[in-house]
Amino acid sequence: MTYTFNDTQMAELNRLVARYPEGKQKSALLPALHLAQDSFDGWLPTELMDYIANLLKIEPIEVYEVASFYSMFNLKPVGKFIFEVCQTGPCMISGSDDIIAYIQEKLDIKPGETTKDGVFTLKLVECLGACGYAPMMQVGKIFREHLTKEKVDSIIAEYRATVTN
Amino acid sequence: MSEQNLFKVTIDNITIDVPAGTTVLQAARLIGGQVAPPAMCFYSKLEGSGGKCRTCLVEVSKGSEKDPRPMPKLVASCRTTVMDGMEVKNITSEKVLDARAGVVEFLLLNHPLDCPICDQAGECHLQDLSFEHGKADTRYEFQRRTFKKHDLGKHIQLHMTRCILCYRCVYTADQLTNKRVHGILDRGDHAEIATHIEKSLDNEFIGNVIDVCPVGALTDKTFRFKNRVWFLKPMDAHRDCPTCSGRVTLWNRGDEVYRVTARKDQWGEIEDTPDGKPGWICNVCRFDKKETSDWIIEGPREISRQSVIAQGHYAGNIGTTKPNETFKAVNDGRTPHLLMDIHDESEVNQPTIHLGKIQGPSHGDTFNTNNTHKA
Amino acid sequence: MGVKLLLDKANVPGIRTYEVYRREGGYRSVEKALKEMNPESIVEEVKKSGLRGRGGAGFPTGMKWSFIAKPEGVPRHLVCNADESEPGTFKDRYLMEFIPHLLLEGLIVSSFALGSHDTYIYIRGEYAWITDILEEAINEAKANGWLGKNILGTGFECNIHVHRGAGAYICGEETALIESLEGKRGNPRIKPPFPAIQGLWQRPTVVNNVETLAAIVPIINMGGEEYAKIGVGRSTGTKLISACGNINKPGVYEIDMTISVEEFIYSDEYCGGIKGGKQLKACIPGGSSVPILPANLLLKTATGETRYMNYESLSDGGFATGSMLGSGGFIVLDEDQCIVKNTLTLARFYRHESCGQCSPCREGTGWMEKILHKIEHGHGTIADIDLLWDIQRKIEGNTICPLGDAAAWPVAAAIRHFRDEFEWHINNPVLSQTSNFGLQHYADPIHVPA
Repeated sequence: MTYTFNDTQMAELNRLVARYPEGKQKSALLPALHLAQDSFDGWLPTELMDYIANLLKIEPIEVYEVASFYSMFNLKPVGKFIFEVCQTGPCMISGSDDIIAYIQEKLDIKPGETTKDGVFTLKLVECLGACGYAPMMQVGKIFREHLTKEKVDSIIAEYRATVTN
Repeated sequence: MSEQNLFKVTIDNITIDVPAGTTVLQAARLIGGQVAPPAMCFYSKLEGSGGKCRTCLVEVSKGSEKDPRPMPKLVASCRTTVMDGMEVKNITSEKVLDARAGVVEFLLLNHPLDCPICDQAGECHLQDLSFEHGKADTRYEFQRRTFKKHDLGKHIQLHMTRCILCYRCVYTADQLTNKRVHGILDRGDHAEIATHIEKSLDNEFIGNVIDVCPVGALTDKTFRFKNRVWFLKPMDAHRDCPTCSGRVTLWNRGDEVYRVTARKDQWGEIEDTPDGKPGWICNVCRFDKKETSDWIIEGPREISRQSVIAQGHYAGNIGTTKPNETFKAVNDGRTPHLLMDIHDESEVNQPTIHLGKIQGPSHGDTFNTNNTHKA
Repeated sequence: MGVKLLLDKANVPGIRTYEVYRREGGYRSVEKALKEMNPESIVEEVKKSGLRGRGGAGFPTGMKWSFIAKPEGVPRHLVCNADESEPGTFKDRYLMEFIPHLLLEGLIVSSFALGSHDTYIYIRGEYAWITDILEEAINEAKANGWLGKNILGTGFECNIHVHRGAGAYICGEETALIESLEGKRGNPRIKPPFPAIQGLWQRPTVVNNVETLAAIVPIINMGGEEYAKIGVGRSTGTKLISACGNINKPGVYEIDMTISVEEFIYSDEYCGGIKGGKQLKACIPGGSSVPILPANLLLKTATGETRYMNYESLSDGGFATGSMLGSGGFIVLDEDQCIVKNTLTLARFYRHESCGQCSPCREGTGWMEKILHKIEHGHGTIADIDLLWDIQRKIEGNTICPLGDAAAWPVAAAIRHFRDEFEWHINNPVLSQTSNFGLQHYADPIHVPA
């Protein structure tokens, strides 16, 4: 599979690269990988990373090194929506364990797995900076906070509805 | 060097004058012996190396003549430059020895300790370090870390479980070759040396990663399992090489060349050539020139390291005469009998029988091809 | 009601927009700084204010600024550290989310003081929607002449760029942040050279926390001396505290550092007491890496004096009986919380976030997590406690960056103050799986292993 940015995506990449001085285009690597991950299937296959390396004129290994370092980059296929549930101290003392167990039960998957229909992935993450609004999880760009079992139910329903319609 | 550029530094009560810009480690090496801290990641020929392994930590008890305050924490001597009047404690500091013992324990925590089947054994810096600063026992009771295997091509063997993440091979590829294909992937305790997708390392200078590796993580496939280094005799030799300086050390048994390495100094680093450049060697010299006739032999090489390869066997005039017979002559035309083929998964004589899967102790019957004993 | 300098306008409807922000007196400090002051006098004012870095280390900001090298012809950079990742800390998020222009205003003044024409905000990747808020605010500021070329006709040029991280706590360490901003792995650099000499792209760089840079605005507006009058001792000005855990009113509070810890926890103006009428067991007062304190040592120091919410008072007694103000991430634990489990989740966090560059942190954090996991699940031995103590001792101070210390301190403090609870866990392997140690002996004489 080969990947190519469309005009809008390419314009966005150029905007990102333009923030850094001439010759320092490698600095745009993190934002560029975000763009790549969001533009295609939510994860970074090798070919896509090679494409980014080519665009930024760096060696592919430099991209692999960086992509594997940061926890937000997925190097394996993921579902359409990723439930990234925080499990660190402040969330734990506010009951994140129960929420995680409940999501596992509801979706019938373990952490790191994707539902059979490919809609949801459950990922356990460390502190996301929403300790006062615990327990919480991140779905896409937004934080879903003050989670309860009822809230989890409605969030799952909400995202499922966007797929079936 | 003018007088003004010399700094006075005292390490373990021994004072020495060194040029400004010298690191504490380099100054300590000038004094030599036990005063020189061990270094697992620092490599003077590789820019940017050092600071990571923390074995060379020292205590700075006096910052300088101008600012005599001691430094609050132990510092990595490989990345700390001396100041005039600085006083440093290495083996005279309890704090340093305690911290170093801790670092050794950390480095060995997940190390497989497979020295008996490791080609690096005998010239391994981690062996030296453990011998001098480690304990016989481990307090770690959990499963050791393992990695998926990566093939780096026909010349270089990677054993990630032995790696201590010194980054030297990464700097080598960065600084000696025009295109790096291996690097550090993942992070934390799962960080590993890899190429991400199976790629072979084939740049013409990439073989040097074997020489810089302080442990047995990167070894020479053309020498793999062929012999133990302490049975071999190092000889300085050279050839007219179009790519590199061609100045090497041959590791011989009689007339047979078992392996070729760059020439290394007492700190295990590549020696400079007479024109002052690091004596990196090319892959052709290292992997392909395995006949004595390929080389002009200069003479035996003394190895002055603590490791077993230096123990008496090669020092001074002892052992400098060639053995009378080569292995070929001893074998008298017969091919060597393979006693044991050691793979990473223990297979003894019969590849179908895995020792790990045998219930209870194994005995002769287990390997008797005629018996029906179920393994 | 304490003084508010940063969040005084936070509740004004629409304050997120330029229009409202400006109407409420925003960007006055830029006018004052660019027209009436020069870079040197701004640095002087910041020095006078006594402002200390709000990211956690508490280093005097004015002094940090004065270290920046000014070689001829080499650009300098100001980088805003918005990689807020310390568990318990969410104050910068609040500031950026609700009053983004306050940060921009502080950034413009600071950029002017430091001579930075391209200033970067390094924001943690998970704050994706805040990135959008900031970009929007930057566009507004630019459209109104506060950014770009020739600001206010003074000839000063400044551009602010938002750079999104991608999930790595370690990038909150300033040199790791710089590496990350260069498009590399977030491995902290070995210092020296310090960023003020060789930072981003080898150029002189100052990295400051969001709250620190926002505090520049009131300092310029009211003058450093006036600012220094707020607070007490070397804890000048106001501090944002993000309170979380088992309290009635979690959230972000601006305090003037003269209130007591007791008042902060129990008064209705702040945390509003412990949730559900339970008892206070322990508290981590400055973000997860600072030492946890049992209730008795939290409210009063070891010598029986009232403990206050400021740098000096919270660290009174050193690590033996005190803690730190740190980043202001205030985590409160009630009587039902298990210290072993809490320590385990923090140990897991630090193992997960270790960059893996230097050996004590890479190997030690994972080892501590495994032992704590073992104790938590009823398989520990008493010797494990001493082993944990020895491991943390060998990590602390022996690593390249402070992550090693940050991983060691929570374990050390938990053992120091709650050894009884660890022992109870080990001696009651079955019971400890279903019930908690509670408050039983937390006020016992403090165990300090040698």
